[in-house]
Parts: sequence; C-alpha cells; structure tokens
Amino acid sequence: MSVETDPNPAFADYAHPERLVSTQWLSAHLGAKGLKIIESDEDVLLYDIGHIPTAQKIDWHLHLNDPVTRDYINGEQFAELMRSKGIERDDTIVIYGDKSNWWAAYALWVFTLFGHEDVRLLDGGRDAWMAEDRETSFDVPEYPRSDYPVVERDDSLIRAFKPQVLEAIGKEPLVDVRSPQEYTGERTHMPDYPEEGALRGGHIPTAISIPWAKAAAPDGRFRPRAELDEIYRDLDPDTPTIAYCRIGERSSHTWFVLTYLLGFTKVRNYDGSWTEWGNAVRVPIAVGEEPGAAPGVE
Amino acid sequence: MTLPPALAEIVEDFAALGDSDKITLLLEFAAELPDLPEHLKQEAMEPVPECQSPVFLSVDAGDPESVRLYFTAPPEAPTTRGFAAILHQGLDTASAQEILDVPSDFYHELGLGSAVSPLRLRGMAGMLARIKAQVRTQTGIGGSAPPGSGRPGA
Repeated sequence: MSVETDPNPAFADYAHPERLVSTQWLSAHLGAKGLKIIESDEDVLLYDIGHIPTAQKIDWHLHLNDPVTRDYINGEQFAELMRSKGIERDDTIVIYGDKSNWWAAYALWVFTLFGHEDVRLLDGGRDAWMAEDRETSFDVPEYPRSDYPVVERDDSLIRAFKPQVLEAIGKEPLVDVRSPQEYTGERTHMPDYPEEGALRGGHIPTAISIPWAKAAAPDGRFRPRAELDEIYRDLDPDTPTIAYCRIGERSSHTWFVLTYLLGFTKVRNYDGSWTEWGNAVRVPIAVGEEPGAAPGVE
Repeated sequence: MTLPPALAEIVEDFAALGDSDKITLLLEFAAELPDLPEHLKQEAMEPVPECQSPVFLSVDAGDPESVRLYFTAPPEAPTTRGFAAILHQGLDTASAQEILDVPSDFYHELGLGSAVSPLRLRGMAGMLARIKAQVRTQTGIGGSAPPGSGRPGA
C-alpha cells in the first residue's frame, strides 16, 4: 500500500510534487506501513557509517547493474532484489543518497524502468538529513520476503540507446549535463574518475550544455520552480529530449528534474553516455563551447 | 607477488574475511586514517573543480629507504578514506623500490570486488599510480619508463 504524499508547500509549484518528500515528512513517517526507504550513494560505505532508521542499501554497481553485460538487471533479478528487501509492488519507496541525490535519482530512474509506481526522492538527500542532526541508525533491517512480481524492464519510454541518439542529432534536443570542461573536450573524464574515461573528448553535435548541478541548491535540495524554469528555458516540455552525461547517473538527476519537477513528458536518459560515445568508432563529435551542427549540415 | 610485509599482512587479513566483515574492516581502516601534518593542511584545502572524491595525497621520498605518505579524504567519503588508509598502513616508511615493486593490480587480492564493486576498487589503483609517479619523479628510480614497457618485442 502507498503512503500519503507530502503536502509541503515548498513542493507545490513543481509539476509532480508527489515525487518528493521533505526530511520533516520522512521523520514523521518512519515505520509507516507500506513505506520502504532506500539509500543509494556514490560512496558505498556511507550507509554503513549510519543511515536513516529502517533504510536499506541498494548500490548501483552491486545491485542494479548486470554483473557481466553492460546493462541493468532484468525483471527476474529486480523482482528478487525487491523480494529480498521486503518491498511490495504497491509500496511507497523513498530513495535518498549523497551528492545532491544523483545516485538516488539514478536508482529511481532504474526503478521506473520496471514501472514501480510510487517511488520518491528525499529532497536534499543524505546531507540534508545529517545537517539537521536527525536520528540515524546502524541497524540493517530485515523485512519478511515479499512476493514482488516479475515485471519486464521497459526501455522504450525513458531510456535511449546509441542508434537512437545518432538518429536524434539535428532532430531532437540533446542535453549534455557534464561539467563544462568535459563538454568542450578539454577533459575526457572527471577528476579522480580516470577509470571512466573515454578515448575522445567533446560532446554529441547539437547538444546544449546544462550541467546537472545547476538544478541543485547549495544545500543539495532542488531549486525552486521559477529558477528551474529559467535554467531549462531552452528546452520544450513536450518535445522529445535526450539527456546524457558520462555513465547516465548525472543525467538521471536532470531526467528527474525535467520529468517530475517541470512536467516534461518525453525525456529519455542515454545511459551509455560519454563512456560509450567517446569510445565509439566513427560517431560524430563536436569540441569547444558551441553545440555544433549535425553532420552534413552547414 | 612482492609486497612489503605490512601491505602483505593487510591483504591476508582482508582475504580471510567474508564480505560483511570486509566492509567492517574497511571502515575500521577509514577511521584510522591519521590527520595530515600541519604543513600540508593548507595545500590540501585548495578546491578541485567538480571533484567527487577529493582524496589529497602527498609523497615525501627525500629518504628513499623510508618514503613517507600522507593522505586525507573527508568523512563523507569513507570508501576513499579506507583505500587511502590501506595504502598508508601498508606502504608508509617502505623503501622507494618496495613501493615501485607493488603490482598495480595488488588490490585484486583484497577480495573486495563483491563488497564495493570492481569499478570502485580501481580508485585504489589510481592512488597507487599517483604514489609511484611521485616516487619516480623524486628519486629518479625506474627512470620515466611507463609500466609494461621494456618487454622484449612489445
């Protein structure tokens, strides 16, 4: 069963305020029937040094990725993961994490591939909870296994693959959410992430640069609606749009903002992102600060 | 595999444990990472743009028989702190040659892949590579040859 939504007035201007909960709301609903809390972080050990009471850990690398093929887990594996966490298909899931929720947004995007209906983010994520000195726990909760059904992953609506991105160049807006240095081609990886580098630097021609972090306030919470409208003013809510970054995690954050906070209806996340594009043979690349033209178009 | 005794012991300790105990041990390492000495604190505070895992490391190979290593990483990056602490406890005061002889993929032997993911473990390889590069620059040992070069016919 699902849990009532957070009526917080700070969320009222967003297109889908039901997708966010505040720290106050979560604090007041700890232990509510039908509520499951998931922590999903960049740093895999953060959960283990204290987490929100009753929360369970789901790690992108360890739990949501197929261990062999570069792909997400399948319907069977997702169902098993949910069963092992005691999550029912109609439960409300609240996800939170470090780094302004970027990994939490990634997990939420993957949950959405499997059509889990009620999945929300804790606005501000782990940092907001900790900054308010709220209760934490070391207990790893064990819930009775659920009978979560096997649901096939639907990659058609919110996920884009390389051939589709190639096709979209010059026809659909592309948004590059990486840092400006990665966009121009000055850098082929983020500092300290050399293992996720690419052979070539730059961006997909025609992609505009809107770094993901612009959508997050310094305290890790999402910026107010009016500010987000301004940041994404070059994009249209009803035009199919593809966002990408380096492996698809930062662009999940942007996907969340566009889809649930601004009400865009056709945003897809290209999870292959630069680690695929920047290593692929004979795909077009633009370098420098300008988006660049589609190949064959002057 | 040739590892300095302290690092070899750490590898043995990890290899003997199951996943959940490995995580506990890695967290203990993270907690034991010593503070930086005063003279490095200012340098370590210089910001790195959009750096997600800000590990600071400094190598002093002034005495090639006893190389000193200094690391810091914030409390909200416990995995990075744990990796840094393993390298600190395993290699601080080792000789330059011992450090250069550590295989770049020694971390496989820790068996942490299923606990923290193989991709994250490469972060430790990155730190080791930075340490070795500093040791080479400061001592001149090993010349400037990149690892793997010099193989006959390669």
